[in-house]
Parts: sequence; structure tokens; C-alpha cells
Amino acid sequence: MATAAIELKNITKTFGSIVANRDVNLSVNRGEILSILGENGSGKTTLMNMISGIYFPDSGQIFIDGKEVVIRSPKDAFDHKIGMIHQHFKLVDVFSATENIILGLKGKDKYNIKESAKKVEEISHKYGFDIDPNKMIHEMSVSEKQTVEIIKVLYRGADILILDEPTAVLTPQETEKLFKVLRRMRDDGKSIIIITHKLHEVLSLSDRVSVLRKGEYIGTVETANTSESELTEMMVGKKISLNIYRSEPKDCEDRLTVENINCVSREGVKLLNSVSFTAKSGEILGIAGIAGSGQRELLEAIAGLQHIDSGEIIYNNPKTGTQDNLRDKTPIQIRDLGVRLSFVPEDRLGMGLVGNMGITDNMMLRSYRKGKSVFLERKAPHDLAEKIISDLEVVTPGTETPVRRLSGGNVQKVLVGREIAAAPTVLMAAYPVRGLDINSSYLIYNLLNEQKERGVAVIFVGEDLDVLLELCDRILVIGSGSVTGIVDARTTTKEEIGLLMTKGKGEEK
Amino acid sequence: MENTKNKKSFSFHIIKREQTVWYKGLAIRAAAVLLALVVSGIVITLLTDKNPLAVYKSMWSGAFGMDIRVWSLFQDVAILLCISLAVTPAFKMKFWNIGAEGQVLIGGLATVSVMMFLGGKIPLPLLLIIMVVASILAGIIWAVLPAIFKAYWNTNETLFTLMMNYVAIQLVSYFLKVFVKTGSGVLFPMPEFGFPVLFGQPYLLNIIIVVALTIAVYIYLKYTKQGYEISVVGESQNTANYIGINVKKVVIRTLIVSGALCGIAGLLLVGGTNHTINTETAGGRGFTAIMVSWLAKFNPFFMVVTSFIIVFLQKGAQQVSTDFRLPQAISDIVTGIILFFIIGCEFFLNYKIVLSKNGKEND
Repeated sequence: MATAAIELKNITKTFGSIVANRDVNLSVNRGEILSILGENGSGKTTLMNMISGIYFPDSGQIFIDGKEVVIRSPKDAFDHKIGMIHQHFKLVDVFSATENIILGLKGKDKYNIKESAKKVEEISHKYGFDIDPNKMIHEMSVSEKQTVEIIKVLYRGADILILDEPTAVLTPQETEKLFKVLRRMRDDGKSIIIITHKLHEVLSLSDRVSVLRKGEYIGTVETANTSESELTEMMVGKKISLNIYRSEPKDCEDRLTVENINCVSREGVKLLNSVSFTAKSGEILGIAGIAGSGQRELLEAIAGLQHIDSGEIIYNNPKTGTQDNLRDKTPIQIRDLGVRLSFVPEDRLGMGLVGNMGITDNMMLRSYRKGKSVFLERKAPHDLAEKIISDLEVVTPGTETPVRRLSGGNVQKVLVGREIAAAPTVLMAAYPVRGLDINSSYLIYNLLNEQKERGVAVIFVGEDLDVLLELCDRILVIGSGSVTGIVDARTTTKEEIGLLMTKGKGEEK
Repeated sequence: MENTKNKKSFSFHIIKREQTVWYKGLAIRAAAVLLALVVSGIVITLLTDKNPLAVYKSMWSGAFGMDIRVWSLFQDVAILLCISLAVTPAFKMKFWNIGAEGQVLIGGLATVSVMMFLGGKIPLPLLLIIMVVASILAGIIWAVLPAIFKAYWNTNETLFTLMMNYVAIQLVSYFLKVFVKTGSGVLFPMPEFGFPVLFGQPYLLNIIIVVALTIAVYIYLKYTKQGYEISVVGESQNTANYIGINVKKVVIRTLIVSGALCGIAGLLLVGGTNHTINTETAGGRGFTAIMVSWLAKFNPFFMVVTSFIIVFLQKGAQQVSTDFRLPQAISDIVTGIILFFIIGCEFFLNYKIVLSKNGKEND
């Protein structure tokens, strides 16, 4: 076998007492796509950061074309023709694509924008990118920004490309396009490493897969000789069923009717554009869309955290049979109306919980106002904390340990547990499984299902279309602040949703 | 294979400690104080050729040498502690109130005005009540103005509270200029209108009041709903909004508490201690109090210790410069060194340094 383009031997990296990578070995050949598969927190990104010069390994060796190298900085990495495309883009908003691409370069290219733009076009043409070199970054969609990042490393002559979760922010159509480009680059002799946790992408794109679990290197398999279930087992360490249970909705009544709401930001940007829909009791309504299309604003508008310029939010109270308008009400006023609205926000530690407080004090967030006494009552929240810890198997040293010390999955269990404990009639959850391992994710899906069966109107904002299709009853697709369609999750396809996701944008232009 | 290139790389790592056991924390702090004394001893010997032990002895006697010094020490601790208690709710809410100096001074000015204009005209108990009310109101006004602007227009509270200090100082100068007829410009003390003397100890009442306030603030912050709201707003305004806390209201309410306590500190300084006022009455305590509060991690009982340490150092250092006829600067240097070590040891409480066994060479 030919020498590998890049080879890692026994790489170990620790942060304090946490071992991010232990004795990891892997190699990529020229003209090959390697997937690095692992759950969140399994050390994929840390490993790649060591190749791209952001971290330095505690021990172990890196070989490029058979020669041992030391990579201490991103510049060293570039010198070895390694380029990394990060999950969070590092671009200057007010610069054009070309300006961003040549930013930081030394030598004669520095001041010759025209010449550089030409070179950018050559690169895009060669690999089939679709980009206008003079377009400003702030005018670009997420996928265009990603293209700029990829061209940036190609422009610098990278032969080894590392992509960190490149499809997390893309629609199915954009993903397909990206994969086409990546395959073309592979055929051109480049080595491509892609970090991901989506199994079907691994199978459709890569030649080989290396699996990490909790920082440990588990093994490498040929994609052609493996299956989703084998990969999952390697990733999680045990056999796991990948099907989400979905019951038939029953006794559905209109619980929350949103009529034509419009929201405009302080800067005058339209955040929500005549959004209308109805959430029914006993069903899960999914919300799909490209990140930042107005999902957060929509949920916050319902929760009384976002000012609404026009439109109504009508809540049908199942107890009294009355209809209440929630528009322009504060969260307290909404609760005083007897509306049992629970909300699991996207930003768990920055909004849903207080990171520096223990579980008990976080339980108290919802209940501390109860009673007329000026003093706090800690007994009930403490009991609730203990109940959630035992019911949802939260791993924590105790009820007083600050929740920011817990792992992502446990933090989310605490938050969802608290919101469900309020016995809601409407439960909104924004990206509730983001960053969670497979087991915790399934636990959350089960909790949402349980709520649905109890007759709660569940609104679930998700990013993984496969999950939305399996879990939800109906899916509302949002694009650039407008509802572009509401579809039946049992009959629709990923492609249909993907098209709807980009529809709002097309109309705007 | 030997990896010679890596040999010189990172010889140590700085690692965050997960949790510090209490006795370790105590040991680190004790070591810091000890080290500070050794280092300042060396500095003193090098700079002045005095025996450091004699210097420390004089420091000790400056704080505890005589009964009157002990009382004065506790009095100063009480005042500093009172102001530290005052700034704590605001800082816990991440409202950077650096205007305690002005809030104390204006509380003192209100007190002295009442003493001057109503003293002798109404019965003493009534006078005392009016003094209390006036000082608290004055402190509240000085603190709540920046809070209102912060809550409604998001102005920068640090600048605003800082500016209010200067306004307070200028008001005091103006007051002295207008109402002091003697040439010296010094307002003659009016002890006859001050606090009653308990058990022959002029400062005892001050100390009792501050002890009561310490317990009250501790309970307020830890066990009341308002104290809980302060913590939530301080940790995350987003969370506060999310659960429906009215952040504006909490900011203003907390600064009312903070200002009222500063006003009381002014009352204690003027009504209970000096019986007069000048622009230096607060004496920088409004700023020192911030350090006291932070070092104690906002815990009122720890603040007793931190304010005691700081006052002890100040008193001792003054004594050293008198005893050895050294310039004031020497005592400031010693105080500085000791504080540097005390604050510096916080780093070692949160982080540890680990020598790394890099590669195979060191094995």
C-alpha cells in the first residue's frame, strides 16, 4: 500500500482530568474520503484541531507522506498543505468572498484583487462550486459561506481538507451538491476528512470510516462492507434500535392558533412574516427550516419574549373553554391567565437554566414565586430535583452541583424534566437533542411522545430532517420568516421539505 | 522513536481545578499570607535596614496595642464592612456600582445637615430618627438614579456611578463653604447631636448596627425571593426574562437596597463617629469595599474576615511609619505586597500547575 497522505500514531490529548483523545491511530490516503464518526464529545473535533494546529498533542506522532512533522500553529498546518473548514465559519461579514479568501496571505497576491478573483473562479470551475467572487459575505446563505471557506483552503493549496460537521447547516439539496464537489476533489487526488455523526452521509460519501467513542479509537472499516447498525454499535458500544416510536394522534383539538403574526427587529429586519398555524393537542408539530429562519423568534413570540407587531396568538383553554389572546403579554401574565405553556429554549444554560446554580435552585426558577412569604421555599424544588435525577437518570454528584458542570445530555434532562413537571398543555422545544448522545436523544424523543399521548400540544423545532420525519405528525417548514408549507410527516419526503426550506428565500429576491 | 523536536515544548500546564477541598483552600491562603510576610520582610530590610520582626511587632501594636486602638480597629472594620455589605447586592447582580463613595458621602451630608439645622430644636430621639431617614433617602437617590438610567436606557452604570461620586464631593465642599463661617473651613464636630454612647464605648452602637446588618444582608441574599431574583439577574438576564422576572424592577429595587445601606454607612460615619463632615469622610472606603466584597465571594460572613484583614493592614502600616519614622510609602508597599499575595492566591485556588511528562524522554 502506498504511504498515507497523513497518518496519526498514538495521539493523546487531555484537558485536565478529561481525556479527549487516547492513543488514536488513523490514516488517510491520497484520493480518499475518510469519515470520522462519533457521538458528541467523542473527541472528533479535538483530534482534527491537532492536525490543523489549534491544539498540540500531549503525546503521539503525526506523519505526512511518511515523514514525521510537528504542527504547532495553523500556519504550520498550511505549510503542510492541511486546511480545516470549521463548523463555525471564520469570515469577515463586510468583505467580499475574494477578500476573505486572500485575507492574511503574504506576497504578491495581497493587493491584486482582480487576479485573485480570477483564481477563485478557476478553482470554483474546476471543482464545480457555484460562487460569485465579489459577493459580500453578509449577503450570502450559509452554504455559500461554507463554499468560501472551502475555496479559502484550496486557494492556499491544501491537499488535505478537514471538514467539521459540514452538513449540519445545509438543506438536503445543498448537502448533495457539497458531496458532489467533495467527490470531484477526491478524484483530483485530494485527501478529505469529514467529521460527522450522521450515518447515512457516512455511507453515501466516504470510502472508509474511523470511529471514536469517548476519546478512544474504536476502529476503521471500509464503507462498502458495513451497515448503519454496525456503525452505531461501534459508536455507542452496544446494539441500539434506531427507530423512533410514533403513536397515532388522538383527541386532537386546536390548542394554540397563531394568526398572521409579524415581527420586525430593532434594525428593521423582518423576522417573522405573516406566520399562521395551529398546534393541536395530542400531536407533535415539527418545525423545520435552515438555522436562523425565524424559528427562535416564533417560539419566543409565543412565550411572550418577542414583541409582535401585528397578528394574534389565541390559546384555547381546555379547562375553561375560553379563548385568550397571548399577544403582548409577558411570561408572567401568560401564566396568570392559566396558560400552561412550557418552553425548552435553544440556549439551555444561557436561558433555560442558570449554569452556576444547582438543580434545586434551577427547579425554583419556575416555582419560587409561589406563596406570599418573602422567603424562599426550598423543600418542594429539592424534592422535584431528586425526582428528576432518579426518573431521568441524571448523572450528577448532587442536587447542589452547578448544572454547568454536568454533561450536555444531563443538562438537557434537567431542563426538559423541569418543563414537563409543570404539567403543560403546550410544550415547545427548540433543538432539544442538539449536542446529545444517541441514548439521551432517544430519551428526549420518548419524553416528547409521552407528553403527546397525554394530550399536550408539542411543538418541536429540529434540525435533523430524518428525526423530524420519524417523530412528528405534521411538519411546518419555515423559510426566511415565512411559513413555506405545512406537510404531513407520514407522507412527505426529505426532498420536499428541503425544497420548501429554501422557498422563502427565493421569493424574497 | 525518539522525538527530539518536542523536547523543549510545554514544560508545564495550567489546569483548572474541579473543586477545592476547604482545608486545601485554607492552607493555600495561609501560605499566601506567610509568603507575603516573608517577602515584605525582605523588602523592608533591603530598603530600610530595619529588623522586619520589629516592624511586624509595631504593626501588631498599631492594631491591638491599646484598648482604644482595638476599639478604633473594630469601628473601622464595622464601617468598611457596612459599605461592603451595601455594594454586594449590586455586584451580585453584575451591576458595577463604583459609586459607593459618593453614596456614603451624600448619606453623611444628609446626616450632618439634619444635625446642624434641627439639632437642639427638637428632642434628640426625634432628631436621630430624622437623621436615619434623611441619610437613607440620600443614599437611595444617589444609587437609584444610575439604576433608572441603566434599566430604561441601558446607560453605562460604571461611568454614571463614578461621576455621581464627584457630584457628591462637590456638594460637600459647597456645603462647607457656605455654612462654615470660621476661616479654617473645618466644620466643628457636634457630638451632642450624635449617637448615644453605650456602656461608655462611643463606637459600640455602630458595631452592633453593622453586626445586625451583616446577618440581615446574609439572610436577604440567601433566603428571600428578592435575593434569589438578584442571583438570577446577575447570572443571566436571558434566563431572568425567560422565567418572567421584570429585570428593570429588580435592578432598581436592588440599587435602592444598596443605596440605603450606603446611606446608613454615611450615617454611622457622621452621626456615630466623626460628628462632622469633610470631602474625605468616606476616605476611599467606597472602593476598598468592592475588593472586600469580591474577595469574600459576596458572602457577608466572609466579608467580616476580609474587611478585618484590610483594616488591620492599614492600621498596622500607619503605626510602622510613625514608630520607625519611615515615609508613609513604606507602609503602603507592605500593604500592597500582602494584598497582592492574598488576591494572587485566588489563582492557585482555581487552577493548578502540572509539570507535563512530554513525550517519552521524561519517563
